[in-house]
Amino acid sequence: MLQTASAAAAVDPMAIRRFTVGRIRRETRDTVTLELHPVDGLGLPFAPGQFTMLYPFGAGEVPISISGDAARPETLVHTVRAVGAATRAICALRPGEMLGVRGPFGRGWPVVEAEGSDVLVAAGGIGLAPLRPALYALLAGRERYGSITLLYGARTPTDLLYTRELERWRGRFDLDVEVTVDRGDGGWHGNVGVVTRLMDRARFDPAHTVALMCGPEIMMRFTVRELERVGVTDDRVYLSMERNMRCGVGLCGHCQFGSRFVCLDGPVFRYDEVRPAIGIQEL
Amino acid sequence: MSTDPMTLELAGQPFLRGLSPSHLAELAACATVISFPAGQHIFREGDPAASFFILRRGRVALQLDVPGRGVTTIQTVGEGDVLGWSWLFPPYRWQFDATAMDLTRAVALDADCLRRTMEADHELGYLLMRRFAQTISDRLQATRLQMLDVYGHASNR
Repeated sequence: MLQTASAAAAVDPMAIRRFTVGRIRRETRDTVTLELHPVDGLGLPFAPGQFTMLYPFGAGEVPISISGDAARPETLVHTVRAVGAATRAICALRPGEMLGVRGPFGRGWPVVEAEGSDVLVAAGGIGLAPLRPALYALLAGRERYGSITLLYGARTPTDLLYTRELERWRGRFDLDVEVTVDRGDGGWHGNVGVVTRLMDRARFDPAHTVALMCGPEIMMRFTVRELERVGVTDDRVYLSMERNMRCGVGLCGHCQFGSRFVCLDGPVFRYDEVRPAIGIQEL
Repeated sequence: MSTDPMTLELAGQPFLRGLSPSHLAELAACATVISFPAGQHIFREGDPAASFFILRRGRVALQLDVPGRGVTTIQTVGEGDVLGWSWLFPPYRWQFDATAMDLTRAVALDADCLRRTMEADHELGYLLMRRFAQTISDRLQATRLQMLDVYGHASNR
């Protein structure tokens, strides 16, 4: 049986574990997926939707959602977009190099609570990364759910993540996948338009649907409105919030969102829990 | 309950859901079923807007020829969507190109016939205009989101 480091993480969430970079896959111009292997040989069990704090030595620490399979805790997988000093340092890592990891932290997707329901997964841009572990879990327990639909939007065809996996998923009879881009190019024969426009093509029973979404906040706000229009109530909608997490355990207050801490109470929230705060610009 | 195949066809379209059998029969008098092979132009920018389409299957790309960039797809529409409202407003000319991306089947409603019918039956005209207003509002909202380029500043988590 695989040994894990959950007990150690529970004791000291500030402890940094060393991981070695394994396989690297370039997803887009500025985004890579890294497989990380624990130096101590202990796996890192996590729930889909949780995040870790990644520490490229000397370049700061950054919260990144886990994008791998929770059934394979021996390999930690992260998809990282180079937008700041820490993420640029992570994206520049080569196989065999090392980085520090704390976590996992936070509350994940309600994959167990969604059993018996149809599940609608709406992702925008790099927001597919935090949702991928949920999709793995849903598909691993496929018989426990009704219809499962993935709606995925990106800026252009070259900004799509996990293209090979998307193709595989599209080939499945038990998963509906709709992909759209804001701007097509000459070689693109798929949908063009925003992800909310795909909603009418999805087949689900609104009264018995759980929606999971992650992407730019504005995309999620409009997706929530579409869900409301078709009859999915706020208490069945879950979203992953992005805030400036630092400590990961609700001590530092950097990610405070109204009365909640995103690192502790989130990053996945039920929409009716955060709805009042989501439109407040200062938050 | 009508047994006219076109009336039944129209009754099954989401865009016309809720219309009475008599209204559907009025529309059926203007309607034909049409299909386009993949790659065929359904209409071109500047041509007279002589029809309005409800897509039964397939997908259609709305395109503009942009100097320096070539033919650019603005949006795609698919099964259950309506295609075209330039026939509603003068000068009744298409403002985009529309090209079938796949084999596409649609119900085509003749624009002259439809305008006459809506003018003669204001209740039907009002019900249709409400539906078009909703569609135009939805597309406008979607276009605004597209223009925001939201993924350019997306989350890094």
